[in-house]
Amino acid sequence: MSTAAVSQIDEVKTTPWSGGRSPFNVEYGKIMMWFFLLSDAFTFSSLLISYGALRFSAAVWPAADKVFQSVPFLKESGAPLVFVGIMTFILILSSVTMVMAVEAGHRNAKKEVFWWMVATIVGGFMFLGCQALEWSHLHHEGFWWGSTPGKDELKLLFNGGTEAVQHLTAQEFANLFFTITGFHGFHVFTGVIINIIITVNVLKGTYENRGSYLMVEKVGLYWHFVDLVWVFVFTFFYLV
Amino acid sequence: MSAESHEIHHDGEHEGMTKKKIWQIALVLSIITAIEFIIALLIVPGHPDYLRYANPAYIFLTLLKAFFIVAYFMHLKFEKMGLVLSIIVPILFIVGLILVLTNESHHWIDLRR
Repeated sequence: MSTAAVSQIDEVKTTPWSGGRSPFNVEYGKIMMWFFLLSDAFTFSSLLISYGALRFSAAVWPAADKVFQSVPFLKESGAPLVFVGIMTFILILSSVTMVMAVEAGHRNAKKEVFWWMVATIVGGFMFLGCQALEWSHLHHEGFWWGSTPGKDELKLLFNGGTEAVQHLTAQEFANLFFTITGFHGFHVFTGVIINIIITVNVLKGTYENRGSYLMVEKVGLYWHFVDLVWVFVFTFFYLV
Repeated sequence: MSAESHEIHHDGEHEGMTKKKIWQIALVLSIITAIEFIIALLIVPGHPDYLRYANPAYIFLTLLKAFFIVAYFMHLKFEKMGLVLSIIVPILFIVGLILVLTNESHHWIDLRR
């Protein structure tokens, strides 16, 4: 059949949006991961924005450099923000090892992917350990969902304010802190579990046989998102 | 799935991250974090008036870090514009929520009195 016989409307188009292939040039699962992360970003934003609104409307708020002073096993107090700094660097570094795993995946270097993934998992566990220490420290101070330290201890954590206001905002602070860092910690925990599953698959040679380490990229997206959320949690709970 | 995804995968792979680039971005993220700590621990404590400037600075630095993580680590900078837009544009809803709730919280101040 000659080309002249094909009417204009029947011609097969090959532009990105005329179907038959991904217009974004990205594999289906990766697009879905992106959209899942977008929805997760909405969830975290809602939590953080509610926190912001409650804090804006409060006369006083627990001072971060007074609440977060301890470095477990080293210093009970007098080291503001040092421990959270360590946590932040751990998470950034584990994000770096994750991109290294993705980069090694592009070269189909199975061994390198495996060891970078192991490093990422170790980073994840270290972060979770730090988070547990941070929680237990605050819990021992008396903070928890629905409970705050006594009024004499509270006075030391605030820059001014009456007793009633201090009690109220300390309670809001405790609820929001444990909810938001808890939700983030849950994401880190899930991320570590997923990373472990992927690492086992790497070791088994699943992706080598498949010819592509795209799965590593997809869990990498999730892991970076967890790091991204921490960047915001860190700023709004510890710095601002 | 495997054959097709492999092909797609190879198309966008070439302009990506090299090891050197990854360490550069890591260094940038660490420096930004270090600046945040310098502001929080060295600059603000002596001068409470600076808090006014410190908070916008933290937020700016945080957004900068977010840009580097999303653009380079999550590779969004190297994706097709359509994908970039379908991820970035919905974020405007979050901006909307920020505006609405910060405005609302000013009324809560009056309610609490």
